[in-house]
Amino acid sequence: MLYREAGQFKSSYAEDQRIFPIRQDRIAFWALMAVAFVLVPAFGNQYWLGAILTPFLILALATLGLNILTGYAGQLSLGTAAFMAIGAFMAYNFILRMPWLGVIPSFILAGLCAAAVGVVFGLPSLRIKGFYLAVATLACQFFVLWALQRFGWFTNYSSSGVITAQRMEIFGFAFDTPATKYVLTLSVVVVMALAAKNLMRSETGRAFMAVRDMDVAASVIGIPMMKTKLLAFAISSFYCGVAGALDAFCFLGTVEPERYSLDLSFRILFMLIIGGAGSILGSFLGAAFITLFPIFLNLVSGWISHTTGFEISHAVLSNLEAIIFGGLIIFFLIVEPHGFARLWQIAKEKLRLWPFPH
Amino acid sequence: MKRVALVSVLAVPLLAFAQAKEQFVPVNSYWVGPYAPGGSGISGGMIDYFKLLNARDGGINGVKITWEKCETEYRNDRGVECYERTKKKGPTGATLIHPMSTGITYSLIDKGTSDKIPIVSIGYGRADASDGRVFPYVFPLMTNYWSQNTAKIKFIAMQEGGMDKLKGKRIAHLYHDSAYGKETIPILDLQAKKYGFEVTHIAVPHPGNEQQAQWLQIRQVKPDWVILRGWGVMNPTALKAAAKVGFPRTKMLGVWWAGAEEDVIPAGEAAKGYITAGFNLSGANHVVVSEIQKHVYAKGQGEMEDKSRVGSIYYNRGVQWAIVTTEAVRKAQERFGKGRPVTGEQVRWALENLNIDEKRLKELGAVGFMQPLKLSCLDHEGGGAVKFQQWDGKQWKVISDWISSDQSIVRPMIEASAAQYAKEKGITPRDCSKEQ
Repeated sequence: MLYREAGQFKSSYAEDQRIFPIRQDRIAFWALMAVAFVLVPAFGNQYWLGAILTPFLILALATLGLNILTGYAGQLSLGTAAFMAIGAFMAYNFILRMPWLGVIPSFILAGLCAAAVGVVFGLPSLRIKGFYLAVATLACQFFVLWALQRFGWFTNYSSSGVITAQRMEIFGFAFDTPATKYVLTLSVVVVMALAAKNLMRSETGRAFMAVRDMDVAASVIGIPMMKTKLLAFAISSFYCGVAGALDAFCFLGTVEPERYSLDLSFRILFMLIIGGAGSILGSFLGAAFITLFPIFLNLVSGWISHTTGFEISHAVLSNLEAIIFGGLIIFFLIVEPHGFARLWQIAKEKLRLWPFPH
Repeated sequence: MKRVALVSVLAVPLLAFAQAKEQFVPVNSYWVGPYAPGGSGISGGMIDYFKLLNARDGGINGVKITWEKCETEYRNDRGVECYERTKKKGPTGATLIHPMSTGITYSLIDKGTSDKIPIVSIGYGRADASDGRVFPYVFPLMTNYWSQNTAKIKFIAMQEGGMDKLKGKRIAHLYHDSAYGKETIPILDLQAKKYGFEVTHIAVPHPGNEQQAQWLQIRQVKPDWVILRGWGVMNPTALKAAAKVGFPRTKMLGVWWAGAEEDVIPAGEAAKGYITAGFNLSGANHVVVSEIQKHVYAKGQGEMEDKSRVGSIYYNRGVQWAIVTTEAVRKAQERFGKGRPVTGEQVRWALENLNIDEKRLKELGAVGFMQPLKLSCLDHEGGGAVKFQQWDGKQWKVISDWISSDQSIVRPMIEASAAQYAKEKGITPRDCSKEQ
């Protein structure tokens, strides 16, 4: 009913090529931005801002980074967390050693460091594919954590090998409350997500997808393999690096290298699979599901035992949470192997035809 | 609409009044994953002691203790989520936080300081936070890792026959590759230089169920002693691996996170003779534990499903943490108003002025259960002494008296490390002479 595009005509190429071709989508997008930028920081409490939304946005950004590499360019990677670690530790070092640089340039430089490492570990992708490439990126995961733990320089010779994020100030404005940190994270994530969306609609993005779908065919039609694959690694690692810097500075504050273990790499890969490979929106949906759903289950079980007075042992409850979560992942993968993004697309198409399905 | 507003205006003070006699303590712990034995045991002991106080004494001067459990999975992000979820609960917010993980402790230092909620890490956490001038809201109580380590070296020297006998000895340091595991590397290096022994640091990656390469290296080094800084599943694996390569367990010295029943029983025979440090003792025969049996378990309200774990190392450690928590609340009430819930800020003052002496321990039924604890603005550690215990195949046998740590080594390192932190973060250390 409301979701109709009848009467919306496109009279220029620019209008034809916009990200949201349907007016209702544009309105919904701007409304979402307004809510996220204005209402949420104004009315959200510290719990929601600091413990739910900020980590969700950061992980969504990391998933987006992996999505560029795996979802669009078809190169499987298990080194996501390692790139985040580089971002976090290098951002700390840039701010520590070059304080005049400022926060945002430090984050960008940290992202570039991650990109450089990404390119190096992306080199094997020129010769190997699929699972074998995943194993090669696994080496990156272990090597980076090993280096961060062994070389004291990265942690400024801290005895326990941790870094503590410095105070963030941009143009004299201090980002030190959960609300301001949330706004900073949100701004970075929105800008980078829009950039990714546009990049994927450009020639570069099409080259990525050609490589993903069939790299032999892609090289035959003249897409340079080395440049494209390494570019995918570089961009993806840059996104993950910035996500790592945000993770250290806007969320945790003090981090140890262990935070970016293989476990996190896998969780980000699951976010990608659940959300939908090759979709910007999917990165956000997947991150939301994997980070928020266990917390939601935890809260619900708390409410149930609180309101009904029916108390189950906490150990059982905690394990039950993991079981339900695992079950749901299997369920979604069977029902919709292309992830939430595909479900969303189907829902939108149905809505456009509603109430006449044919 | 008006009526709703009116009702809520009336209801708010009523609610506040109904809640006024409650002191909220978050119990953020872990009941799943590789570290669940520690998390469930400690939280169980803690909650049981709260239940004991509520049942026997009606709380602390009439203020009931309430709590809420939150699953952190030993993960930093979940730990932060739990902290944020529980910090505003209860009439005065969270009394204090036991983060129950060194990693989570690190993540909460900034948050707790700005929210004015003390971060109490008993027997773990950031060692240099013992300098209360730089870390006003962080309390690594009882004995921090560095102090414990000096006591361990003292113990080794006692076994070898004197501090001078350490010269030329070889010690292998097998550690969990995390912030927790690495915490003692600098102090071991320093002591090695001072006493002339050799130390080899060998890392075991998380979770530690694969240690073949590490024990191969230990065989090559041929150490006189192995210091085990393990956690969770890493400990029984190390003991079994030691048995396999024939390293005597009587020369293996564990940290207190490698010294519970759950660490040795899975290793079976291989654990016999293994020695660990401890800042609390096991056993259900302590007065305070038998009180819990009488007032809580006899009524079927105990927290532990497996009743045989009551009196185990982890369980008793939880009871000890609860004693420190409630004694701090009591102290805060003495100053800020008896029979009233206190805020995190007031508890911080109380912790700094806490003095649990032998007399108080006797009243609590905890003589010999834990060491006396006295804190100050300068010293956020207190106690500083360690006992050593040996596993005889069935139970832990205490084999030493309280061995004091060597503060002449530890304190300068703590102050230097805290000063570096203060410089990086731009913190001006407090002047302790102006505190009251």
